[in-house]
Amino acid sequence: MENMIKAEHIIFRYATEEENAKPNEPILKDLSLEIQKGSFTAILGHNGSGKSTFAKHINAILIPESGKMFVEGLDTAEENLLFDIRQRAGMVFQNPDNQIVATVVEEDVAFAPENLGVPPEEIRQRVDDALKAVNMYEYRNHAPTQLSGGQKQRVAIAGVIAMQPDCIILDEPTAMLDPQGRQEVMHTIQKLNQEKNITIVLITHYMEEAALADRVVIIDNGHIVLDDTPKKVFSQVDQMKQLGLDVPQVTELAYELRKAGYSVSPEIITEEECLTALEALLKK
Amino acid sequence: MLKDITLGQYFPIDSILHRLDPRFKIIDTMLFIIMLFSGNHFWTLMIGAIFVIMAQLLSKVPLKMSWKSIRPILPVLAVTAILNLVFIDSGDLLFEWKFLKITQGGINTSIFMVCRIVLLIIGSSLLTYTTSPILLTDAIESLMSPLKKVNFPVHEMAMMMSIALRFIPTLLEETDKIMSAQKARGAMLDSGTLMERVKAMIPILIPLFVSAFRRAEELATAMECRCYRGGEGRTRLRQLKASGKDYISLMICLLFLITSAAVNIILS
Repeated sequence: MENMIKAEHIIFRYATEEENAKPNEPILKDLSLEIQKGSFTAILGHNGSGKSTFAKHINAILIPESGKMFVEGLDTAEENLLFDIRQRAGMVFQNPDNQIVATVVEEDVAFAPENLGVPPEEIRQRVDDALKAVNMYEYRNHAPTQLSGGQKQRVAIAGVIAMQPDCIILDEPTAMLDPQGRQEVMHTIQKLNQEKNITIVLITHYMEEAALADRVVIIDNGHIVLDDTPKKVFSQVDQMKQLGLDVPQVTELAYELRKAGYSVSPEIITEEECLTALEALLKK
Repeated sequence: MLKDITLGQYFPIDSILHRLDPRFKIIDTMLFIIMLFSGNHFWTLMIGAIFVIMAQLLSKVPLKMSWKSIRPILPVLAVTAILNLVFIDSGDLLFEWKFLKITQGGINTSIFMVCRIVLLIIGSSLLTYTTSPILLTDAIESLMSPLKKVNFPVHEMAMMMSIALRFIPTLLEETDKIMSAQKARGAMLDSGTLMERVKAMIPILIPLFVSAFRRAEELATAMECRCYRGGEGRTRLRQLKASGKDYISLMICLLFLITSAAVNIILS
């Protein structure tokens, strides 16, 4: 499969405030990662692990100090490719309030295509399609302040889809939402991945969300420490705990049962799997 | 609650005035203001009044709303009336008491001035009642676009205005939250002397400013991520298009202006 994102030995540190101070500790230390087109990758890591910094490298908000970052083969360090890269790899942030620009939903979704100089008739088409894709078409004439958190975040996603990107990077998109909003957003992300074949990179704190991905990458202290399918990653409960991360509740339950001597598969990550396993256990 | 403060004074109904091109509405309003201020006779004022009544009827905005726009300037009206009454010394002397002299000319001028200001406010607030803030911003950007030639940042101005409009409700909501938080810790916001109350505002304003700056930074990043690079080469979803009725509205305004000017010349 073709690569959507390719990071080669990235090293990055934030600049120090004072001039003669000794340089900061690098946030990313020789990080290499390839993400395939059409895949759904979740990136986990505790606060300060460098996962958000990595995300900002994907659409050239940050440029690596050394090493290379390619988005569909385009080098993010090349300034004249900046807008090509940003159009291909859209980004959604944590706080929906701080990424909505306009006072009307459809105006906001139109913001990116307007910036790209798309002709007005086509903008109309793209806005309608994007709003339908996130199920917010009926709200196109609402003011963003009238919407719930989950709805606002879906509008923000629509604003990115209107650029027709091949990849969307979401930096903790559900952190500020209530459970229902979180579910709406996750549902939208999965739908975009499956139906529009958009590559998804989801940075999250919620293990249940990461369990929905095809691949989980765990970054700790600027390195990749685990990189596998969710089942394989979450089955290593002890290592996860050592890294200061949780596992989905059902995985934890299976882990505790196993410790207590019951034979339960370690690769349980969804509620259904857990249910079947418990059922089998009880019938014995 | 702070959240209930209406944004601008847009009155969202459908009328012929609401549907006019906002650029033309701005020009029409300007012509109307010129007409009001160039006329010096009661007859020109009458023409202005006819214009305002006509526009008011066409806009379908209830009269109550016009009253709302006049109410805050009532003190200004009173001061204008009194100053004109006292200081203008022309025509028959009607009343004298020590240094105070009231003349026919003074009475005439103060009535004239008050009527002119009332017409001005009712007429020009129809513009904001019938045009949404975003459309107004778009229209201002479009009308000011010739200034781009002298390097005036027209697009940036319009962008700032629309972002300000977008963030007013968000920041109001935030202020509300901060106020509740400070009250919960025992801040006395509604009592005390004026000085004490002003001082009590500081713990509200500082967090508000800090948060506004943080929002600004995040918004800037989000805008960059969506390929924002200034006004150059930018297209718009909503194109402002002038149609027949816009030109007709302009013609009507010009006609009023010419009539008023003619009356003015004939009478003087």
